[in-house]
Amino acid sequence: MSRLLLTGNGAAAWGARLARADYVPAFPITPQTEIIESIGGWIDRGDMDARMVTLESEHSMITAAGAAASSGVRAFTATSSQGLLYGMEMLYTVAGWRAPFVLVNVSRGLSAPITLESDHNDILAARDCGFLQLHCASCQEVLDSVLMAYRLGEHPEVRLPVIVNMDGFYLSFTREPVALPDAEQAAAFVGEFDPGSLKFSASAPLSQAVAVLGGGPYSYFRYETHLAAQQGLAAHDQLAAEFAEAFGREYHSVEAYRMEDADYVLVMMGSFASKARDAVDALREAGWPVGLARIRLLRPLPAARLRELLGGRRAVAVIDQNLSMGMGGVLHSEVAGALYGAKDAPPVLASFVGGLGGRDISQQEFFAMVEQLRRAADSGVTPPPRLLYTRDELAEVRKLQAIAGVERNELGEDQ
Amino acid sequence: MSDEQPIHFHNMKDMPSTHLLGTGTPMCAGCGGLEALHEIYDILGQRTVFVNAAGCMTLLSVYPFTPFRGGWLYTAMASAPAGAQGVRDALDILKAKGKLPEEEDMQVVVITGDGSAYGMGLSATSGAMDRGLDFIYLCYDNEGYGNTGQQYSPATPHAARTSTSKGSHGYPGFKKDLFSIWAANNPAYVATIIGAEPLDLAKKLEKLQAMQGPRMLISLAPCPTGWDFDPKHTVEIGRLAVKTGVWPLKEYVDGKVVHTKVPRQRPPVEEYLKLQGRFRHLFEPERDEAAIAAIQAKVDAYWEQVS
Repeated sequence: MSRLLLTGNGAAAWGARLARADYVPAFPITPQTEIIESIGGWIDRGDMDARMVTLESEHSMITAAGAAASSGVRAFTATSSQGLLYGMEMLYTVAGWRAPFVLVNVSRGLSAPITLESDHNDILAARDCGFLQLHCASCQEVLDSVLMAYRLGEHPEVRLPVIVNMDGFYLSFTREPVALPDAEQAAAFVGEFDPGSLKFSASAPLSQAVAVLGGGPYSYFRYETHLAAQQGLAAHDQLAAEFAEAFGREYHSVEAYRMEDADYVLVMMGSFASKARDAVDALREAGWPVGLARIRLLRPLPAARLRELLGGRRAVAVIDQNLSMGMGGVLHSEVAGALYGAKDAPPVLASFVGGLGGRDISQQEFFAMVEQLRRAADSGVTPPPRLLYTRDELAEVRKLQAIAGVERNELGEDQ
Repeated sequence: MSDEQPIHFHNMKDMPSTHLLGTGTPMCAGCGGLEALHEIYDILGQRTVFVNAAGCMTLLSVYPFTPFRGGWLYTAMASAPAGAQGVRDALDILKAKGKLPEEEDMQVVVITGDGSAYGMGLSATSGAMDRGLDFIYLCYDNEGYGNTGQQYSPATPHAARTSTSKGSHGYPGFKKDLFSIWAANNPAYVATIIGAEPLDLAKKLEKLQAMQGPRMLISLAPCPTGWDFDPKHTVEIGRLAVKTGVWPLKEYVDGKVVHTKVPRQRPPVEEYLKLQGRFRHLFEPERDEAAIAAIQAKVDAYWEQVS
């Protein structure tokens, strides 16, 4: 094992290399492109024994990845944002094929307005497609999760594709020290690709992905996929334990940070959880009994683990870096669904939306959210969902609007 | 990669006598696409993976039935060539790693309708040709979105009545020249075929099997339900499409287009048109001389530049 200074993108590429992916269908998109450039470079230099092909779209790229995984090889691919949505039809399709492979998504806000920086609307749009989802908070976790994702997706009780998600810029372009697993040890952990019944060969005729007629068979295959995804909970816990044994790093479906005696809990996903950890430390120092629950495995949803971690708390705040228009934070409704009806469900489950399009969430805001939680717990009234935004930010936008107005008016005069 | 020794198709006696595609499919009676597929499959052999896009032929494999003795993979409307890329690459990787013996290898054949080939799937097809993918593409062209009830597509001929061009003049647009679009990508091979001319079809299949890279086929597929004719006329209409010059049989290889069957004495196009309900408005309640003449003129102009 050696240590390297790696970006999240570099870590993802190393994950694919150490998992000995055979096939990498690719398509460039910011902020993911460094992943496929790294892999392409390794293949060209003979450092990685794989075949890479650049398709003409993400829709085709995901088709090719699923088709290759259905033909007996281990596939890896990566995308981001608009690319993930452009391939959305195929996300559902290849999951239905039960084709196990790994896709790294580098989260980035969705158009419109078009932007490059991070939030989670892209990955949450893929919530229901049948891919399992692992959400990472560090570059190390990205690499480790790619290795674990192959085990998870190829698990005989699961057999589904897996998305490993990281935040664009915050992880994709941030260098962190990453412990590089020994190649042989990583290969032994991931194991040989087992195509199962999915392959094409002359002596074994097989029609795959055929149509069904009627709701009976359709429901049957859809239910089977759902039940297989749920098997991912036990599979994840088992392989995470094996991973910890082999590499000394522990991962849980939900990371619990300073949850001992925490009256107030923040629930988050992704790299901003690092900011939350800092805030929790500072709040603890200031005497606040606060903890953090970071959801790492979003699909399958570890609902029992969430109930266990959040039950009996005074108040919980779910911080969503996404926005379902007309509804609010997606993670909030996921957590609410997991907690509803639980005997010791927290009486207050507040919703905060922030960190859209790369917008920071400051420590001051974490303090303000926890202060709101306390007041809500005291009054017993859950506050309405809050969209995090500061006066300064609003003033900035007002300035931009004023400039836009001037530009438009001057252009109008020229014409 | 056929299972049989090479055969040279000189006359109809040379055609395969065993038929591979299973019967009892849900295709319509008299389907010109299925007719071509039968003939093609017999020549390609069962060591074939068909990669399908959304269209009529998607219904060939409905769980738990399939008429195929080899492989089949349904993808989506836009990305069958990308599915072929994944399958071909996977088989090549397995061969290179010694995990797939040569005799277990299969050829990869994309099969889509014109709706996919002329439109939604064109980007993926162009990409596959750019990459020199070693595959065969079969487009069964029934000149409309047939599986959804024959709405007009970019393959619909001028004046044809479809369920989205029901006006008195039919479809105002003109059939897109997919042959030329594909040929402009400079693949190894492009040909037009039709099930009603099985010998011409067989010769082309034989030729492309000796080649590598993208090998592209467009088969005109007379469609009794979409074109509105009695299923018993499928072969006759197919032959007339060739004889009248409406459907030129040709191939593109090494940068050159060669016509494989030049109809010297072309009967008037109306003999082809009047058998089909989709053109009935050109003849009833009164003859639309101008429209018929315009169609004839276009066909004449095409053959003018050929000879």
